[in-house]
Order: sequence, then C-alpha cells, then structure tokens
Amino acid sequence: MIPAAFDYHRPQGIEDAVAILQAHGDDARVIAGGHSLIPMMKLRMAEVPNLVDLQDIESLKGITVQNGRVSIGAMVTQHELITDQALAVAAPIMREAALQIADPQVRYMGTIGGNVANGDPGNDMPGLMQCLDATFTLFGPDGARGVKARDFYEGAYMTERDDEEIMTAIHFDASTAGYAYEKQKRKIGDYATAAAAVMLTKDGGTCTSASIALTNLSDTPIWSQTAGAALVGTDCSPAAIKAAVAAGLDDIDPSEDNRGPVAFKYHAARMMISRAISSAWARA
Amino acid sequence: MTKMKVNLTVNGQAHEVEAEPRQLLIHLLREDLNLTGPHIGCETSHCGACTIEMDGKSVKACTVFAAQAQGADITTIEGLSEPGTLNVLQESFREHHGLQCGYCTPGMITRAHRLLQENPTPTEEDVRFGMAGNLCRCTGYQNIVKSIMAAATELNSAKEAAE
Amino acid sequence: MNDLSPDRAERSAKLKGLGHSRKRVEDQRFTQGRGNYIDDMKMPDMLFGDFVRSPYAHARVKSINTDKAMALPGVIAVLTAKDLEPLSLHWMPTLAGDKQMVLADGKVLFQGQEVAFVIAEDRYINADAIELVEVEYEELPVITDPFKALEPDAVVLREDLAGQTSGAHGERKHHNHIFLWEAGDKAATEQVIDTADVVAEEMVYYHRTHPCPLETCGTVASMDKVTGKLTVWGTFQAPHVVRTVASLLSGIEEHNIRVVSPDIGGGFGNKVGVYPGYVCAIVATIVTGKPVKWIEDRMDNLMATAFARDYWMKGKIAATKDGKITGLHCEVTADHGAFDACADPTKFPAGFMNICTGSYDIPVAYLGVDGVYTNKAPGGVAYRCSFRVTEAAYFIERMLEVLAIELNMDAAELRAKNFIRKEQFPYTSAMGWEYDSGDYHTAWDKALKAVGYDALRVEQAERVEAFKRGETRKLIGIGLTHFTEIVGAGPVKNCDILGMGMFDSCEIRIHPTGSAIARLGTISQGQGHATTFAQIMASEIGISADSITIEEGDTDTAPYGLGTYGSRSTPVAGAATAMAGRKIRAKAQMIAAYLLEVHDGDLEWDIDRFVVKGAPEQFKTMTEIAYAAYNQAIPGVEPGLEAVSYYDPPNMTYPFGAYICVMEIDVDTGTHEIRQFYALDDCGTRINPMVIEGQVHGGLTEALAIAMGQEIAYDEIGNVKTGTLMDFFIPTAWETPTYTTDFTETPSPHHPIGAKGVGESPNVGGVPAFSNAVHDAFRPFGLRQAHMPHDHWRIWKIGNDLGLHDDV
Repeated sequence: MIPAAFDYHRPQGIEDAVAILQAHGDDARVIAGGHSLIPMMKLRMAEVPNLVDLQDIESLKGITVQNGRVSIGAMVTQHELITDQALAVAAPIMREAALQIADPQVRYMGTIGGNVANGDPGNDMPGLMQCLDATFTLFGPDGARGVKARDFYEGAYMTERDDEEIMTAIHFDASTAGYAYEKQKRKIGDYATAAAAVMLTKDGGTCTSASIALTNLSDTPIWSQTAGAALVGTDCSPAAIKAAVAAGLDDIDPSEDNRGPVAFKYHAARMMISRAISSAWARA
Repeated sequence: MTKMKVNLTVNGQAHEVEAEPRQLLIHLLREDLNLTGPHIGCETSHCGACTIEMDGKSVKACTVFAAQAQGADITTIEGLSEPGTLNVLQESFREHHGLQCGYCTPGMITRAHRLLQENPTPTEEDVRFGMAGNLCRCTGYQNIVKSIMAAATELNSAKEAAE
Repeated sequence: MNDLSPDRAERSAKLKGLGHSRKRVEDQRFTQGRGNYIDDMKMPDMLFGDFVRSPYAHARVKSINTDKAMALPGVIAVLTAKDLEPLSLHWMPTLAGDKQMVLADGKVLFQGQEVAFVIAEDRYINADAIELVEVEYEELPVITDPFKALEPDAVVLREDLAGQTSGAHGERKHHNHIFLWEAGDKAATEQVIDTADVVAEEMVYYHRTHPCPLETCGTVASMDKVTGKLTVWGTFQAPHVVRTVASLLSGIEEHNIRVVSPDIGGGFGNKVGVYPGYVCAIVATIVTGKPVKWIEDRMDNLMATAFARDYWMKGKIAATKDGKITGLHCEVTADHGAFDACADPTKFPAGFMNICTGSYDIPVAYLGVDGVYTNKAPGGVAYRCSFRVTEAAYFIERMLEVLAIELNMDAAELRAKNFIRKEQFPYTSAMGWEYDSGDYHTAWDKALKAVGYDALRVEQAERVEAFKRGETRKLIGIGLTHFTEIVGAGPVKNCDILGMGMFDSCEIRIHPTGSAIARLGTISQGQGHATTFAQIMASEIGISADSITIEEGDTDTAPYGLGTYGSRSTPVAGAATAMAGRKIRAKAQMIAAYLLEVHDGDLEWDIDRFVVKGAPEQFKTMTEIAYAAYNQAIPGVEPGLEAVSYYDPPNMTYPFGAYICVMEIDVDTGTHEIRQFYALDDCGTRINPMVIEGQVHGGLTEALAIAMGQEIAYDEIGNVKTGTLMDFFIPTAWETPTYTTDFTETPSPHHPIGAKGVGESPNVGGVPAFSNAVHDAFRPFGLRQAHMPHDHWRIWKIGNDLGLHDDV
C-alpha cells in the first residue's frame, strides 16, 4: 500500500524533463496520469527513486485535427479523448475504445501517453494505434523523432523508446472508414480477455482496405497484416471473415492467466475479430 | 524522507501541509487534514471508496501522490454540503436506502455529484456505467441507482422552477 | 394531563413500528462522511503495527533478522513468536477447538501467514521497516488439494499435533485429518439408496471464496498504564466474545477490558473471529503503553483472513420412478486450510450443513463431513453463510436438478412434488432439526407465476431448436431454487461460542420525558439495527421509534451478547427486545393502574397507551406513564422504568424463499446476461420492508459474484492467484442486474414477534439460482454438473466439452 520514498521533480518544459532523465538514468521515470505507475509503486513492484511529473508541461496537452491529420498530446486523458468533438468526427474509434478502458475515475487521470508508452501488453491504446498506423513522437537529448506504432513494441514492457526519451505526441490520419473496437473483459475496469480494433473502407460493396490489430493476445499488441489483407477485395462474407480470423489467430501467442487457458483466449480472439469486422463493415 | 510543502485548497479552504512526496493524497486528507470521509478499501485502485473531486474531476485519492496535488482544488464529501445538513443527493440516498454500512457512501456520493454535472439527465444505464468505478458490497447497487436517478429528477425540477 | 385522542391509524403510523419502511437514522452521518470507522481513529502517541508475511505456503522459518528494521528511525519494536512465547500468546485457541499460530512458530503454513509484527511511529515508516526484516525460509512440499492431503504419504502439515489421534471433535484418522462429523442415519440411508428405483449421484463443489467487506479488518488497542484498563476498538462482529477471549489470553480481568465496535464497513462473517493482528496490537500496547493501530491491506484480507466455503460434497439422492425422494446421502470433504478457525458454534464443526435436506420431505438422510488441513488460509465459515447453510442449500438444489435430469422431469415440478407441506409444520427433518413454520407451495406457485414459468420453458425449447439450426449462438437458462434457511443461533443447550451460550440481550431505559435508550448485545455492520430495533420497541412500548436511541458495541455499557452474524440479530436480540419491551409494558401497566385508580386487569393496551376497559376516555399514554415512574411514589413499585431481557431462543428460525433466475448465455464467449431475477423471501414478520429489500439486493449481488466469477484460487505451490481486486471478482453496478423482490409472510410460531431474520437468505438462495441457470441452459445438450465459478472461460469450456463449438 505504501510506496518507497522518492525525490519528486515537476519540470515546466520538455527539455527540463529530459535533462532530469539524463541526470538520473535508470533511477528516473516519468509519471503521466499515474494510474499504471502508482499502483505498481504502491505494491513496491516498481522502484522509482526520481519521479518526473509531466503535468505542468503545456506542450504535451491538447488535441488538434488539421488537414486530415490528428495530433494528440501525450498527456491528453481518456476523458478528453471521449469528450473531444473534433476527435469524435475525425476518429470515432478513439471514443469507442476509450469508453471501454478502466472506469470513470481512472479515465479522468489516465493519459494516452501513459497507456501507449510503457509496453504493457494489457493496455488498449497500443493495438488501436497500430490499427490507425499512428506515429509516436519521442523527444530525447538528441531532439525529436517519430516511430511508427507498428514498429514501437518489442516485448512486454520493452519498447523502441530509449530511457532518456519521453513520448510527447501521437499522430494519425483522420478517417471516415468503418470502425469497431470489440473488447471482451470480465468486468468494467478489467484488461481485455481479447480485443480487436478494425478499420476498413468499402467501395460499392467491396472492401478496399482493412487494418486489424489485436490486444492482450501476445506480449505486445499485434497488427495482423495478413488478417487485413484477407478482407481486401472481398465483400466481408462469412468466408472472408473466417479467413481474416484464421490469419489473425496465426499471428497471436496468448498466455494462460486468470481470464482463462490458451484455448479459450484463441476462441475469444476469434469472436472479437469476427464481431469487430462485422461492426466495422456495417459502419463503412 | 525529506518533506516538501504542498499547497492545496480543500473544501474551499487553503492548506499548506508538510508531506513526503510519496505520501498518498488519501492519507494527506484523512490524517493531516482530518477529513476521514473518503475511505480506503483496497491498494490497487479498484474500489473507489477514496473518490474525491480534484480540479473538477472524479479522482481516486489513493492513486495520487501528495506532491502531484500541489496547487490542486479538492472537494471531499465533507465539502459537498453544509455541516449537519444533507444536500439533494444525500437526502435522496437516505430516502431510497442507497446505503447500508456507509463505507462506500462518501465515494459514491462524491462521484455521483460529478456524474450529474457531466450528465444532468442520465438514464439508468448511464448511471450504472458512470458509477462503475465505485464498488459496494452491501446494497447490490439497485437503490444507489434509484437514489441518483431521483436526485437528478429533483435537481432538474428545481432548476426548471428557478428558471 | 390527557392528550386529545387522534385516530388509531395515525397513532400507529407515528410510532414507525413493525412493518414501517422507516428511513434510517444512520444515514445522517454516513452520507456526510461522518461515520466513525476504525481507521478514522486517532489517538495521541498512537503507534502503527503491521506484519511481515510469508511468501511461501509451507516452509520452515530458519531465522528472522530484525536488525536492519530496528535501525530505521521511528521503529519501536519487532515482535516474533519468540517474544510472544513467554506470554503463551504465540499460539491462540480458535473458535473451532483448534489452535493457530499468532506469529510463525518454526514454520509457516499458508501464503500470507503472519511472521513478525513491526511497530513504528507511523504507517509509512512501518511499511519501510517491513521490507527490512530478513527472514530465511526453507521451502517444504505444499498441499492444496484436500484429497491429496489425506493420502498416506502426504507431508505432515500440523507438526504441533503430532501423535494426537483425536481433536476437539473426535477421532482424527490421518495426520492431516481434523474431524469426521456425522448426522442422520447412515445404515438406513445406504439401504434406501441401494434398493431405490432411481439414484442420482454427483460431486458438487462449492469453491473457496471470501467475504471481502469493503472495510478490511483492524483494531486500535490502548492500555492505560495508570488505570490498568485495556480498551480495544475494532472491527468485531462479536465484541463481548472478543472481550472474554482477550481476558482469557491476557490474564487481565474482564472488568478491566473494554471492547468497542465502532461503525463497521461490512462484516459478512469476515469479522467474527480473533485475528493475529488483534492479539499483536494488544501485546504491543501493553508493552509500549501507547495506543497501537493495526489495519490490514486488501491483499492481507483476502490472503489471510476468514475465507468461505471450499466444500466438496458428494451426493446420492434416491427416488421412486415418479419422483418422490426417498433418501439423501452426503459425504463432504471440507478444506479448512492450515488451522481450523471456523466460526461455528462449538458443537457444530460443520455448522448447520445438516440442513442439507433443504425444503424437501426426505424420510432418511445421512451426512458425513471430513475436515482436512491444507496449505491455505484458515477459516471456512463466513460470507453470509449461516454456518454452512450456503453449502447445504447449494448441495440440495443441485442434487434436485441432477435428479430431475435422471428422471427426465421438469425441475420445478420435481421440487413441488417433494416440498414439506404446510400441514407438516413444525416439521422434524431426517437430520433432527425442527423447522418452525413454512408454506413452500404458496411461495413456489407465486414465483412460477410471477416469471411466467411455462411460457419461459416454451421459449427456451424454441431457442434450443433455433440454436441447433444455427440461427443463434445464445441459450436461455432458467435457474430455480427453493431454499430453507436455519438461522438465529441459538438455544443455549446446544449452541455456544467458546462456551458462551448463544442467547442475546436487550436493556431498555425509559427517560422521564418519554423517550428511551436501549442497548443490545449485537452489532450492526450495515444492517440498520439503530433503525429497526427501535421499530420493534416502538410496537411493544408505544413510544415512537424516532424517540428511541439504540446503542450497540460497547462492552462497558451493552448487555452481554454473542454478536451479529448468521442472521441471528432479529431472531435472538430482536426477541430479547420484544421481551424487554413487554417487561416495560408490564410495569407501565401497574403505574397506569395506579394513576387511573383501577386494577391492573381493568386496563388494556392500545398502541401507545393503557385504556380502561369500557371507558375509552380514561387512558394514560406511555409518555405520561414514563413521567409518573420518576415523579410518583407508587406503593410496591420501584421508581424508574427499565428492563433487561436475556433471551434464550427455544429453537432456530427457518426463513425460506423461492428464487428464479433467467439468464442468456453466449456459448461462444462464455458471457452471460441476466434477463430477470425474481426473489421471493419469507422471513416471517417483516420489521422494515425497505431494509429487507436492501438486504436482498445486497445478498443477491454477493451471490452473483460468487456464482459467476469470484474465487480464492491457488496454484499448485500454494500461491494465491486472486489476491487483489483485479482478479477477485466484485461486480460493479454495470455487471449487476435489477432484481424483482417479493414476499410471503409465514411468522415463526416461537418468536415473540414472529420474525425470522433475512440477512443471509439472498446469498443462500442466490448462488444456486445463478448456478442452476447456467446448468439449465446446457441441460438439453447433456450437461449434469459443472463447478463454479461460472466465469467466461468455464462457461465456454462447458460448451466446448459438449461439442457446441464448430470451428467458426
């Protein structure tokens, strides 16, 4: 219940934040909304001698939609993702997914950056970002660079981000594609037993593009190129969906946990993928 | 274990508290400021018994460090009504038996207060979804939902009457 | 001075007595966040204590090094078993005739067991100090399976019991065996089963779970070295028993111990027993002379305090071809964990499991319960169970379903065919319980009609066909339950807790200006006693409930009682309240007679006053009588107006109910949706309908949790897999359905106001209703029994095992 003691830093700008990370190396971590990190610290599963609070850094806030491009500051909360009107038009899948994350109180504090940056395979946003082909901006001692979500995740809690880099923003294209985020969970607040994010476009009854990503079914989010490809050129008939599902299942490697054994996870994945495709198709 | 000064406003009053950065906001409120309304029911941020209002948001005070609360404007259950009197929500909980042991109640009412600001005319489904961050073991939620719906009706008709 | 006389209905309404949905007096403080729970307490110089706990389920403790912890500024002391041994407190007696370690004495026997108690100036220093205590363990083989525990070469868990071939409850047949408790007639039952037309046999498992009240357990203990008085505040469902136990353990006489239960944030049986935390806090305050607080974390609570259930129940039920039950055989393997700390009445090591004949007229029956030690937390009797009635009801309601399958019969019809009939009450069961009253057929018919049972079965059959045609992947389950409870422990002649007979008490004092205070031996943890017991009194003595203060929980002022659990408050303390009220009224009658200058016998009681028979304009209200009690010198009558009753109930009470759950199940995802839940409860006389409804909602939701996902699960080496609220399933408002509650009212003939108690009924009846719905959905495809909890993956597995998942 009680975390270990730490030194607290609250920088006012991103360069200051990076400087603190540089000064302390492994002994420093950033805190965004805190609703992943603080529970870990309270259980003493994460030791953070230097905590760097990002809440005062203005450049990390805000959602803009401009010229068909959506930019979301890393410190934007789930609540803000849900209530932002421009985002609702530009990428309605964000709202649909955010409403299925955690509970109202956690959504007030939890940030997209926090959900996306630490490599927790249970989080919902990483798979969604891969589905949207998002790019993450990382800022470090050598300045800013962009990394595609589809290239960002290496393993559980292991990402492309260097220790001294901070994720500052997430960018993706606005879209009128059909969309769906289907998540099976044991109760509100739980991580996914299995979840699928699907975006697809339709032209005269034929699927012209499809992007499918899967959550909590491996030690990283899985963007299944073959699952999406299996839908392109089809009319998303049951046979096509079956093929997409099979391709998606080929790419995942779920583990057994309290939610169930591996066979069940495969089955849940199957259901989430097929239902997400059907919903997205109906909306396309 | 060096302490820092934390300045925050709680229930309309400014406070300066000496706290370790790691001190949890729930402990600062309960121990340093003697506001024992918000309660502790778990250590994994699930139960919501510690729910307060911070800067217009429903927040679990067990998942915020004192240091993070520097400059914050906080309302606890104690600040939601005049001492000794019950506000509309509290009266509604009493009228509709929305509590039994009372332990989840401060968090419930504090969250319900914000819920009704977010959505003054919620459906029953909206209320169940909006209150899903607060666990209760005694009531089975049914009368809590009833209490909140009734309070919403009362607040809305009072607003209409005023207009 | 005579009041004007308003009409009788108005006078009655003003009392807010029996039957009134009186709003609760507790709510005033709770809604404002002004409750007074144990962790709200602050005392000058108060220290904080907490435990170093074992990460291992079975291990020797080779060494404990406290040097680093003691070196931390602000740490006062670290207690180990060595420190408690000179006080003989390193072990303590349990409520079940066993003993348990207070702190690890040479070994640990379950994950989370208390190893050392650190005392520090505040909880933050305490948490740091706990990390600095160095314990060296040597792991031992772990037993988490009670059947494996009884194998000949199973490792010895309780080395302290080596060589003891008998325990508190008779012979021990194996080093990991605790007791065999039997009831009924074994030979006759086996005979019936061997010769029956039809026998249905099944292993019914009621899995391990935990009451998980929202407030964890805790205490503040304060020894006043000047007065020599020990005061202990805590989360105690039985404060007087705690005082007596504290006296026996500490050697301090009871008059120098004051135990106080303040507001308690839910008990559900989790807060009945005495925990190492209480003992260590008491030792710590005696040693330091300062108040010491112990409050456990949620993980501590789930891992180390009184769990519930864990009963493997092997059943055989015999019947005629037409479905008349002729015998019931039940063998239970009871997993008690490392110490038998079950909170049962002394003579009932398996509680009232022998109510397992349920609502049915079964002529012969046998029950045998083998208690077994394993490497798990101690406990077993908790969580709205009425002393194992939850297990008994689940068992019989599942056996009825299995028998219905065997007979190819409708399960509602099978039940109706076998109910104890109204004319048979009082009914003595084959296990020896005398059920006080019941009208099962009326309740059952009402329930079936309310849900439109016949139409539901038609809809269900159509759905099965649609499923087979591939048109839908959802099945409908109709979960039936008719349960009979046994509560109100209990008659002193056979019910005691550690030797204290299970009576209860009420002491009433009327004030001169007509209001009153009453103190009881029970303690509310949310049941609303301050509101409802005033209602009982109001109806007895004619003073408005709004003018009556009810106090509980302070052993310095409250008469001795056995506390609140097992739905006993209304049956026992409620009876004491009525009886004390009648003593008040008897004296009031004499005073009224004196004031009205008539003979006692010339008066009759009318709601709130004594009236002269045949002369209604001559009366004295209770208010006037109260004043006179302090103001008048009445020959032969002492001044004042007070009474006390210690009530020894002549019998238990037997509430009952009919619950029906209609559930939709998604065969592919294993998810469920509750379409409808109808709960009819008969708790006899209904004191406060609003409070009863609240109890039912709450108990049903705990039942929902238990049936549909909640468990205390262990892996093979005794690690707790569900030790936080991430995995220990507590439904939110979203997962919880809207319930329809209903009632019938069959008073208890032996209770002064006919009331039976209701708190636990919804958990007793709820679990079988939810579980039977799941089973019923798959019955057409051949399912007989699938163990709870029915979480998504287990429901999916049912479908999978039945071949219902073609490869999509």
